[in-house]
Amino acid sequence: MRKHWEILVVDDEPVMRESLAEWLAEDGYSVETAASGQEALAKAAVRDYAIYFLDLKMPGIDGIETMLEIRKRHADASVIIMTAYATVDTAITAMKEGAQEYVVKPCSPEEISLLVERIIKVKNLQRENLILRKKLSKHYSFHDIVSKNPKMVEIFDLIRDIASLRSTVLILGGSGTGKELVARAIHYSGNRADKPFVAVSCAALAETLLESELFGHEKGSFTGANDRKRGKFEMADGGTIFLDEIGDISPKLQVDLLRVLQERSFFRVGGGEEVKVDVRAIAATRVNLQEAVAAGTFRDDLFYRLNVITIQIPPLRDRREDIPLLAHSFLDRLSHELGKDVHEISESALKLLLDHEWPGNVRELENAVERALVTARTHVLTEEDFGFLQQAKTSNGWVAPDNVLLDDVQRQVIMATLRRTNGNIKEAASSLGIDRSTLYDRMKKYAIER
Amino acid sequence: MAVIAVAAAGPAEEEAIAYAEVCLSTTFGMETRRLGPFPDPEYAYDAARNQYSSTLVLREALDRRPADALKLMVITDHDIFIPMLSFVYGQAQLNGPAAVLSLSRLRQEFYGLPPNHALFLLRVRKEALHEIGHCFGLTHCSDPLCTMRLSTNLQLLDEKQAEFCGDCATLLRDAINTSTTGAIK
Repeated sequence: MRKHWEILVVDDEPVMRESLAEWLAEDGYSVETAASGQEALAKAAVRDYAIYFLDLKMPGIDGIETMLEIRKRHADASVIIMTAYATVDTAITAMKEGAQEYVVKPCSPEEISLLVERIIKVKNLQRENLILRKKLSKHYSFHDIVSKNPKMVEIFDLIRDIASLRSTVLILGGSGTGKELVARAIHYSGNRADKPFVAVSCAALAETLLESELFGHEKGSFTGANDRKRGKFEMADGGTIFLDEIGDISPKLQVDLLRVLQERSFFRVGGGEEVKVDVRAIAATRVNLQEAVAAGTFRDDLFYRLNVITIQIPPLRDRREDIPLLAHSFLDRLSHELGKDVHEISESALKLLLDHEWPGNVRELENAVERALVTARTHVLTEEDFGFLQQAKTSNGWVAPDNVLLDDVQRQVIMATLRRTNGNIKEAASSLGIDRSTLYDRMKKYAIER
Repeated sequence: MAVIAVAAAGPAEEEAIAYAEVCLSTTFGMETRRLGPFPDPEYAYDAARNQYSSTLVLREALDRRPADALKLMVITDHDIFIPMLSFVYGQAQLNGPAAVLSLSRLRQEFYGLPPNHALFLLRVRKEALHEIGHCFGLTHCSDPLCTMRLSTNLQLLDEKQAEFCGDCATLLRDAINTSTTGAIK
């Protein structure tokens, strides 16, 4: 159980470090030695040790300084400071700076043995905790959606119930709540799972392009249509089409869409041949369609056709119990993807995450974990790593000029972000805490080019 | 046949050495050979602690190990230590050729108690097997009765038995087989 743990003994006296290393090796630990603080830091740079025995007085970097440097890389490192000169001051300093223990040489074998045993016991518990958390995350996940919130669990049950039906589904929820994940879960839980799942962001394209994108076009139907092209509905034949941001489509497309949903057939742009398809439609929107219907900007017949089964995804602030679960789930995946050896989130950092309002919902949380991970220097994500959340919360330094319009501000911010990301839409959207379709939508609205 | 060499370093009770020899021979299934006494390890004496450095005794012993001896057990009456610890009962080189054992703290008299020679010899046996067990690569065992359990005080030493648990015996047999033609009995 304990044999895989590694210990580093750092002391400038050869007999001291070698004999302690040999004694610890008899206990089954893998023990390495370093003759100075510098050598210890070099070793700690390439390996994380479970326990660091550091002599307090060493030429060059002393034990406390070595500990502080090690902690920059390994925040959870267990450090035992050793000294032959017992003074209350040094003991207080060592403990204040974060040493786990402070021992005076020589100490009894029993003391050292119990000390090491206690630290390793905690390490083993932490490791078990990590394994349990991964199991828990799997337990609470449904097709990549992680939640233990009662409303979300109800949604999981509903998804199972409706997965194999052909009925249209309307998914409602704010930006970043995971509408596409729910759509995918419906598709992959049902009897269409082995057929295509095709997602279309209706907000991303201009009306004519979206029409061609959805229904395809015949050769020569418009300038640039050099070949016949299959549309998304044809591609999704037998499977599911996911129409994201359905609230943003034009009145003409609303008519075309209503026809497809009713007749299950359509005409390609510029074509006279009716194309029949077997497609299940799932639509999603962040806008209130009922209000849009009342305002006359969305057809009521299309709304009723879409609104057969409705799934309302709660915002993250209404399911705070999911925040630790989601944060750890993102950490596990992203640390692997980014090749970072970070597997923990400190309690204070979790508290910060729990207190945040998350206007950008789950996507914002995912972005926050990624941002913290990129800059993290230790094995644990700390409150400092999430400092940008606090800055955002407390930065009331904005002074709005007189007569400024919100649209102007949004336009300027989007343009500045696009300039900074060299027109990279994905990066800009991520930086702004919105999804790509929303960014395209705003760019269209403010006539911004990449 | 593989040999475990045994030698006194400085003063060491003859009966304890002879008993350790028999125990090592029967347990490890090897011949033991008594070497002439090594000089009193004055070089290892630490006046401030009034103890002897086991690390230095061990280093000296390595130079004196006969070429045909697979392992060497050095026994001394001196109280021994490693710098970090206030004392050790013994010290061995993990997977190495030599070990040192101190008789000093195995006696009841050291603690101001009446002598108990049988108990003393039983402790000698446990510690001798324990240290040579390390020389064959065994690490501390979590079985409270196994002789490879770490004993940091006499209570723990007296609680364990002078035998290897099943797992340690298996590991020991493998270690001996790879290094000799002998086998544990």
